[in-house]
This record gives sequence, C-alpha cells and structure tokens, in this order.
Amino acid sequence: MKIVGTDRKGVTREVEGRDGWSVMEILRDAGFDIAAECGGACACATCHVYVTDGWFEKLPPRSDAELDMLDMALAVEPNSRLSCQITCGPELDGIAVTVAPE
Amino acid sequence: MNTPIETDVAIIGAGPIGLFAVFELGLLDLKCHLIDILDRPGGQCTELYPEKPIYDIPGLPIVTGQELTDRLLEQAKPFKPTFHLSQMASALTKLDDGRWKLTTDAGAEIIAPVVVVAAGGGSFVPKRPPIAGIEAYEGKSVHYAVRKMEAFRGKNVLIAGGGDSALDWTINLAPVAAKLTLVHHRDGFRAAQHSVNQMRELAAHGKINFEVASVKALHGSDGQLLAVTLANAEKKEWEHACDTFIPFFGLTIKLGPIADFGLNLTENLIAVDTAKFESTTPGIFAIGDINTYSGKLKLILSGFHEAALMAQAAFHIVRPNEKLRFQYTTSSSSLQKKLGVA
Repeated sequence: MKIVGTDRKGVTREVEGRDGWSVMEILRDAGFDIAAECGGACACATCHVYVTDGWFEKLPPRSDAELDMLDMALAVEPNSRLSCQITCGPELDGIAVTVAPE
Repeated sequence: MNTPIETDVAIIGAGPIGLFAVFELGLLDLKCHLIDILDRPGGQCTELYPEKPIYDIPGLPIVTGQELTDRLLEQAKPFKPTFHLSQMASALTKLDDGRWKLTTDAGAEIIAPVVVVAAGGGSFVPKRPPIAGIEAYEGKSVHYAVRKMEAFRGKNVLIAGGGDSALDWTINLAPVAAKLTLVHHRDGFRAAQHSVNQMRELAAHGKINFEVASVKALHGSDGQLLAVTLANAEKKEWEHACDTFIPFFGLTIKLGPIADFGLNLTENLIAVDTAKFESTTPGIFAIGDINTYSGKLKLILSGFHEAALMAQAAFHIVRPNEKLRFQYTTSSSSLQKKLGVA
C-alpha cells in the first residue's frame, strides 16, 4: 500500500506502507519530521496529521483516548488524527496525510 | 547568585538513565547532583506515560513509567543525590583547573570534573501554538504558565486548551480576571471531570465564556495583545477582544541550550564512543536517548548499560590517582555497606 505524505514544508511524496504498521512509524522511518515523542503510545500528540482527500471518513473513528490526546495537539482541525493510531492496511492504499504544524 | 556547588559528577536530566547513573556512580563513591527542567524526577517516564506499562525492562515483566521511576529513586537513595528541579542547564564552561561549571537558568552553579548529559530528547518546554507572530507577544501578553495570579487581576484573559492546566486555570483565574474566555477546539475535554463540571457551572452563571473554537491570529502592537481571530469547525471566523492569551497545550521536547554547549552533535544527538560513552569533549559523557553511536537503540535498557560503562570511565577522571576495584554487589561487603544493607 502507498501513503501520500506531505511534510511541513508542503513537499508531497509517496512512501510504501506496511500492513499492520502505524502510519506514524512509516512516516517517521521515511524521514518525515514527526517527533513521536512517546513512541506510539497515544501519549504525546506529536505525530499529529491531517487526513485529506476524503480519506478521513474511511478510517475507523477516533477512540476516546485519541480524542483526549488531540486536546494537547496544536492547530486541531476536524480531520486531525494522531498517526500512531492509524494502522496501515490494503483498504488504506493511497491514503493522503499532511503533517500538522508544531 | 548562589555559592557554587562542588561535586564529583553533574548530571543533566533526572530521567531513568540519569537516576541509574547515580546508582552506578555511587557504587564507585562518586557523588552526584542532577538538574532537571521538570518539577519531579522521571523524565519522559513520568511526564508522558506515568500510567502506561513498560514490558522490556529486564527482570520487570511489567512496570509503569511511574513505578520504574519510584524503583530507580529507591535504588539511588543510599547515594543521596541532590536534585535541582524545575530548572534548565543553561551553560557549560570549562574552568582553568580542568573542571566544568554547569549553570542553570535559576542561577545554580555546579562545578564538577565530570558532566553526564542524560537529557533524553532535551528539555520539556511548553508547546507554542503555530500562530504567526506569537513570539512578539510572549512574556508580555502571551504566557505559557501562571506564576503569580495577581499578574492577571483585571485582565481580559483568553485561555486555550482542553487539558487539566487549561481547566484549572480557567477556574482559578475566573474571580481574578475582569473577563475570562476559554476556547477549545471541541466541546469535550481531556481534563478531570470535576474540573469540567466546575467550568460549565461558571459558564452557565456567566462568570466565564466558553467557545468551541481555535485561535487563528493575534492582533496588537509592541507585544500588547488587543484581540484575536477565532474560528470554529465550520471555518466561520470572528474577532475576540482580549489583552492576555494563555495557551495550555502541554509540553514538548526541544534540545534547548545543550545545542550551544560546544559538543559534537549529529542531528541533535551527542556522538559518543561505545567504550566510555564519552563525547568528543573529554569529561563530558552522554547516555540514554541523547547520544548516538553505530547500532544505537533508543531503549531504557541500553541507557542502563551506557550508565555502567560511563561510571567506570568517570571514576578515572574524578579520582585519577586511585585504582578502580571491580566488585559485585552480591559478594562485596564494601559495596553492601554503601548500599546500607551490610
């Protein structure tokens, strides 16, 4: 599966996702500027992304823990997600995300 | 200015690795002072995930961040470390006698032949909202903490955020401020339920305003805020008059002044050798997440190993004329005496 990622400078590139990995792990390992301070424990909000182009609705809804953690994120929009809480799979092939400002 | 403190080792960072370093150095009779920007020891373990379980600490099949910190504090206790909390290591200078002087932003000065950087990702600092030009208002009309409530008396205050700090200060500043508005991006809160109830009560009685919105722009001059632009989820925007803005979005980690210590950095990490975990600056060691070397794994257990090897090397710098006797805690009565068990 592919992830179409846009970094904070507005540069978009396609990276290869891996089933079962989180979008945060894929973006971080691909060199996107994602701090992911807590390492994917839904405990820091530093992997905040905007899910674009209609993909937001296709994702499983945000858990209460993720909604609570988004309260600590900056510039939250209706399509905000913590990328550590999005799991890669074939149904998300082509998902487009933009790294939120820090 | 305080009198400088002289000690054997100054440790920057009181996270798990800094705490275990106290133990390893203590076994070698080296005394430590620790500096941490947080108000309690534990670093990321207590700040980010105090209640989350950790499963990869050898010998502890499951332990939370807080429990691990408590156990490390207990383990380090016989060596009586001194903590300098709620302050940031701000400058490092080499003295003529070869020792180092570490200065904190609270004015403390620690002089030691060895400095250990165990700072993780750096310092926890308040998150700054990505609003254009916000820096110009900081310290004057934009604040990230409330130090003295009186400073906000009679002000038209805007608080942003949905966590405990945002709610607690909304409640506490309501009777002090002339007018107080809380903005949050949703009508739901991460904060404790009783605080949320209290806030809603205040709003129902007109003591504060609560708006589901986000701050998009700041308006004012010479650092004095006059109004902000708020926007809701439907992208409707409006102006809101206020003279004080306090965003509460928690803390994030920035490398901070360590970047200016003159150390050899690779992508904000301190390059070390893997025999001593010393930086390329003699006498300055780096252990835990802050260091980098070939094969580095950012795991707590790696930091523990690094602390043990660092301590051996630090001993030779602090006590150049003494022979280091390698001993085991299980069999050495002198180590057991130090630990207070013999």
